[in-house]
Amino acid sequence: MSAAAEPAAIDPRHKRWALGIVAALILISVGTYAYHEYYLYLSVYLWFGFIYGMCLQYGRFCFSSAFRDLFAVGVPRMAVGIMIAIALFGLVGAFVSATGLSTFHAAPSSVHAVIAGFIFGVGMCFSGGCASGSMYKTGEGNMNALLVVLSISVTQAIFVDVGGWMNALVPESWTQSALGKGLPASITVTDGWVDQYLAGYVWDQPVMSFATLFGWTDKSVLGAFVGNLLVGVVLPGAALLAVVYAFWSRRGFMRKRVAAGSARPRWRDELAGYWAMIVGSKRTAIAGLALGIAAGLHMYATQGLRVKFGVRNAGPLLERMGSDFGLSVNGTVFDPGYWYVTTQEAQWVGWVMHKLGWNQLDNIYFGFNNGIPNPLINPADWMSIALFFGAAVMALLHREFKFKTPTLETATWAIIGGALMGIGSRLGLGCNVGAFFVRVSQGDPSGWLFGAGMVGGAYLGVKFFNWWTERRMAQQFA
Amino acid sequence: MKFEKQGDGLYRLDVTGYVCPHPQLYTKKALEKIGQGEILELVFDNPSSGESIAAMCDSAGNELVSQDLQGGKYTWKIRKAAG
Repeated sequence: MSAAAEPAAIDPRHKRWALGIVAALILISVGTYAYHEYYLYLSVYLWFGFIYGMCLQYGRFCFSSAFRDLFAVGVPRMAVGIMIAIALFGLVGAFVSATGLSTFHAAPSSVHAVIAGFIFGVGMCFSGGCASGSMYKTGEGNMNALLVVLSISVTQAIFVDVGGWMNALVPESWTQSALGKGLPASITVTDGWVDQYLAGYVWDQPVMSFATLFGWTDKSVLGAFVGNLLVGVVLPGAALLAVVYAFWSRRGFMRKRVAAGSARPRWRDELAGYWAMIVGSKRTAIAGLALGIAAGLHMYATQGLRVKFGVRNAGPLLERMGSDFGLSVNGTVFDPGYWYVTTQEAQWVGWVMHKLGWNQLDNIYFGFNNGIPNPLINPADWMSIALFFGAAVMALLHREFKFKTPTLETATWAIIGGALMGIGSRLGLGCNVGAFFVRVSQGDPSGWLFGAGMVGGAYLGVKFFNWWTERRMAQQFA
Repeated sequence: MKFEKQGDGLYRLDVTGYVCPHPQLYTKKALEKIGQGEILELVFDNPSSGESIAAMCDSAGNELVSQDLQGGKYTWKIRKAAG
């Protein structure tokens, strides 16, 4: 790369905005803590969300890009960045697990995760960003990305509660199995496709980790470091990167070596090429490092506060603060204790719909599992809102903040892609973060299944856009 | 999206307003259409596409002749590799 422009000074207005955002978040943290110490729990989410936003924007960290850009333009930088982040999160997560402070729970593993990942993968290709990528791009001022976030949110909130004609699509075995779970009467388990899918199918699938497959517990040192980290993350991750190197990176590297006068490639050249691929994009690699470490520390901090306040979920804390609206029938709210994206997005819309008269507390997703607390004191919401601001601060400091309005074409892709991601998220019990990044990092095989589906979906999405862009280019030259 | 010939050996691709994967896909296709040694002036405003386009050029041996950023809009000149 030659003749790159000299970095220009930061616009003073942008600097003021960035400082203003940070000051406002500090004020929120300090002010709410002064009001009630339980707000510390929400502030942990807030500041980790802020860090996630900064990291994502700095590294242009988008999971969609990891799969899509390999097939579309042969660029492996994001696939590498994500594997770095997964390995680091896995390492910190192994420490946290071995100390018994992990907040992670493995998900059921079966073909549903592959199908969900596939639908999600097509969606993220259409929309131009994954669930977390769309959030950080919203923070850059990209209103197209905001449209994606809204589409994911609305689709999820509707999808999890739709019964009627969709009940006819439910296999009888799911209905019977769901009825057999003995759910509370407030949950109308036979009315709603997703309810019967969850209670009648997904909950019947095996839950495992790489540690338990070897007969160890997740809390044991062998289970955490050998089973979940080495076997579940490091070895498959290194093997996948070797495949990425062989198919998408090696050719360019070896051409440079030959141009520099090297003879036939040897093993050390291959190793140098593999390493060059890993450090090829410093921004992405640095973001991956920071994200991985932050995600692990987030679990540690949240679990520490749970011990301090004597709770296992934020629900009782909200109740003690006098806000018992929207708790699930179990008295809980969505409180993963780690990085997550889509459920709190669904909760925003679920809460609004419920307030408008659409009962959202009679389904499993909201009524039994996650609740729909007031967005102002929803812990995971604090993380997502802060993620927007973290990305905005980083974009402002790098002269990359720009309000962009969607065109009809990009808005169409955003809405379709967001809807597919919303459906994929609910089928897979999470998005690219919750169902892939977190699960793979913590040694849950279902994360790899979701990832395999995402690869297939991204491939199909790229095939479509290859055709679409070729057609548009031909029109320009006609 | 606008792709046009601007002069002898100089083409301009404007993908302002587009998000991933459109800018990188259009850039790849535009580079396939122009001749070796010719210049593509690329205008875009999606920061994450820049990372992918730079990596794509590096991998294919295309030279990033200049890079400019004004008001959130990037203008890059790319010389297509010879051979």
